[in-house]
Amino acid sequence: MHKYLPHTEKDIEKMLERIGVSSMDDLFAEIPDALKGVDLDLPESLSEIELREHFERLASQNEPLVPFMGAGAYDHYTPSVIPYLLERQEFMTAYTPYQPEVSQGTLQYIFEYQTMITELTGMDVSNASMYDGATATAEAMFMAVKKKRKKVLVAATINPNVLNVLRTYAHPRGIEIVLVDEADGVFDKDDLAEKLDEDTAAFIVQTPNVYGIIESLEGVADKLQDNKSLFIINQDPSTLAYLKTPAEWGADIAVGDCQTLGVPLSYGGPYIGYMATTGKLMRQMPGRICGVTEDVEGKRAYVLTLQAREQHIRREKAKSNICSNQSLMALHVTIYLSLMGKKGLKEVQKTSYNHAHYLKSMLEKLPSFEDPFEKPFFKEFTLKTTLDPDRINQVLREKGYLGPLAQGRFAEEKKDLVTFAVTEKRTKEQMDEVIRILGAM
Amino acid sequence: MAKYYGDLIFEKSVEGRKGYSLPVSPVKDYDMDENLLREEEADLPEVSEFDVVRHYTNVSFKNHGIEKGFYPLGSCTMKYNPKINLEVSKDPRFTSLHPYQPVETVQGILQIYYETQKMLAEISGLDTYSLNPYAGAHGEHVGLMIIRAYHEAKGDFKRTKIIVPDSAHGTNPASAAVAGFDVVEVKSNCEGDHCDGTVDIDHLKEVLDDEVAGIMLTNPNTVGMFEKDILEMAKLVHDAGGLLYYDGANLNPILGVARPGDMGFDITHINLHKTFSTPHGGGGPGSGPVGVTKELKPFLPAPVVRKAGDLYLVDGIGKDSIGQVSHFLGNINVVIKAYSYLRTIGKDNLRDIAKLSTLNANYVKESLKSHYKLPVQEICKHEFVFDGLKDNPHGLRALDVAKRLLDFDMHPPTVYFPLLYREAMMIEPPENESKQTLDAFIDIMKKIAEEAKEDPETLKKAPLTTPVRRLDEAQAARNPRVKFKDLLED
Repeated sequence: MHKYLPHTEKDIEKMLERIGVSSMDDLFAEIPDALKGVDLDLPESLSEIELREHFERLASQNEPLVPFMGAGAYDHYTPSVIPYLLERQEFMTAYTPYQPEVSQGTLQYIFEYQTMITELTGMDVSNASMYDGATATAEAMFMAVKKKRKKVLVAATINPNVLNVLRTYAHPRGIEIVLVDEADGVFDKDDLAEKLDEDTAAFIVQTPNVYGIIESLEGVADKLQDNKSLFIINQDPSTLAYLKTPAEWGADIAVGDCQTLGVPLSYGGPYIGYMATTGKLMRQMPGRICGVTEDVEGKRAYVLTLQAREQHIRREKAKSNICSNQSLMALHVTIYLSLMGKKGLKEVQKTSYNHAHYLKSMLEKLPSFEDPFEKPFFKEFTLKTTLDPDRINQVLREKGYLGPLAQGRFAEEKKDLVTFAVTEKRTKEQMDEVIRILGAM
Repeated sequence: MAKYYGDLIFEKSVEGRKGYSLPVSPVKDYDMDENLLREEEADLPEVSEFDVVRHYTNVSFKNHGIEKGFYPLGSCTMKYNPKINLEVSKDPRFTSLHPYQPVETVQGILQIYYETQKMLAEISGLDTYSLNPYAGAHGEHVGLMIIRAYHEAKGDFKRTKIIVPDSAHGTNPASAAVAGFDVVEVKSNCEGDHCDGTVDIDHLKEVLDDEVAGIMLTNPNTVGMFEKDILEMAKLVHDAGGLLYYDGANLNPILGVARPGDMGFDITHINLHKTFSTPHGGGGPGSGPVGVTKELKPFLPAPVVRKAGDLYLVDGIGKDSIGQVSHFLGNINVVIKAYSYLRTIGKDNLRDIAKLSTLNANYVKESLKSHYKLPVQEICKHEFVFDGLKDNPHGLRALDVAKRLLDFDMHPPTVYFPLLYREAMMIEPPENESKQTLDAFIDIMKKIAEEAKEDPETLKKAPLTTPVRRLDEAQAARNPRVKFKDLLED
């Protein structure tokens, strides 16, 4: 038997006897013969020594680059304490806390996570997590649409991947997605006013947007409220160390991706989406929510609550089909925010902000780069370049860097725009080297 | 003492304390526009690094995990999460890759992705897989959108219904609704009140019409019964123009024995966190790859990883694709762990997983049917369902049995599901569990059944030894307190 399988021949014999059958095959007698006996084309098992060697070969085929790109995945530092704690079997091997008496650990950190998300966003209530920022935005869209309001306005300055997910989710539900035009790197408020009508369920905007620009959301909430449409803000939560909160802008639902809270890049996942909303909409929110109660002895305890919204109770009438979410990543975020605290998160973000502003100011001095927008940004910024973005990336790659995002990846007409992201992890030496390399092109 | 360790991290916060260190940057300070700034600081805790470590270590002690004890949670396949999978997945040459690195610099991780697609396809008898979906329910949603896209591509817009058995997992009807379908329930075969969860073929014939887009099934079903007539059912559905969707939650007991693709299923999802040993993480991150037949391949979500010559490539959204369902390629680091497991198990051990999980389930079932009501007598696969206590003079519930189990460091079965039985207790003892562990569970379950007759109060009060006792769940819902500040308002 394989080392993961404990059964001896004697065990099997005794167990079959108890069951009252004579062979293992008898346990599968009801499966039609036509289905059985397929010879699978799979590799033979590897010992642990062989597996390690195999993985060494695979890992050596990867060449991690030092990123100057964000585009939805940002290279912030992960403190050593986080993986250490995440690997505790009590967290890592448990499942959904359906038995609260032996799941207080999971439930408590979910409660702490919810608290931290509400602190960052200023909203009343957070759920226990969504898959990623894009799907969280799509779930927010579902929350907003009603039978008679199936149009959703989306700022054209949203990350195109998020928009793609919105479109995929919207189509089967007959939801119409209408883009609000872009003007000088931000969404056009006049166009929003024009497109807002009685069919509009919600307006979705991302800030900082696909160019890294901080959108000005003054007056948007009032307009939407007058029209009985919901205001959905997708915001990088790390920027909320400083920036005006979705609650302050008057959002009904705040969503985004918590990858920026120290979650490793990991080639795209696992990350974790967040969703927070107002008390008024709490019962419309998808996903798990942890609340506080007491046990029979009056001791404070945590429990999944408002479960009547969920699939395991309501089946086809549930608010969402979400079951497994990104629980362990919620713990990741909770520990990160505990370590960073009030001051640390600000320091990390201010350093990232300073670095991005330094890099931009230096690149702008080069004849090949200019700022086409001149708008406030945080740690990601977009420049117009006379250089070929592919060549920029090629040259930087040779020095071990992942260059800026070429916006042409998303839209042909933006092929002269490149978007850099800088975090606290980038040193001045690295930035200066990039500046030198680009200056020499 | 206990009280202190039980506090929330916010209750341990002391102004001025910190748990981080950062390099001093030589870059000067740049101003921020005051108009864009929040008014009040986010009230995050101020604690030292050691405070954090001790706090979350103590928080962890309040959880049951599979390394601590038996975890026979039905339909969740709580199998051992091998350490080597975790170790190889942590290599910085995987974890520090940006998702937009050029493909030439990520050939190793793409090879893992591609070979996992291939192995899952071979195991399930389908053509290819997308590893984008983040979880089982996400896979269902994606699979259903593929079903819709298939019909729409043929110009058939009238197929608005999805058939779901009454024994199905709750996610099935929920996913169908999320994907914009109307749900039609098909009945299980029942004699009196005893239903075995298998589909009533006559009822299936009745509900099949030209508005049916497809049917969602799990096989074996949630009662642990294999749908013997699956080939006939597949023919009926296909003849009516519908597609068959396989919910892979229960794939474990047929690994290497029978394949959904050969049964006639067109689309599957597989839960890597169930069948392929990746950690459940307290409710994710999971991974729910979706597999399809060759005919449905053009509809798969993007991005797609393929191989051209010796090079692994990432493709964008194709012309018939349903589009994107994830920001990037999915929960990649979970996929790496599943790949490690698949290579460790290999072709030579795959079938043993099916056999031993089935053996374990039948052994527990036969050993306990004298004490618990067994609605379905036949050989089951990896799981089975009891309908409460057999001899129950004090009218105790499945919940009481479940709570009493906690006092013995064993996680209870899934209770009150499937909905076919009033006192359902769905038990799944995975293949890694030894006869000794099963015998201990059997003894405890018998002891509890005896207690139910002689000392019902103990069961009603249970659990007695857990970090907290039974909870007032109604209070939590009546007056939702869902963040720390809600507690301060009381």
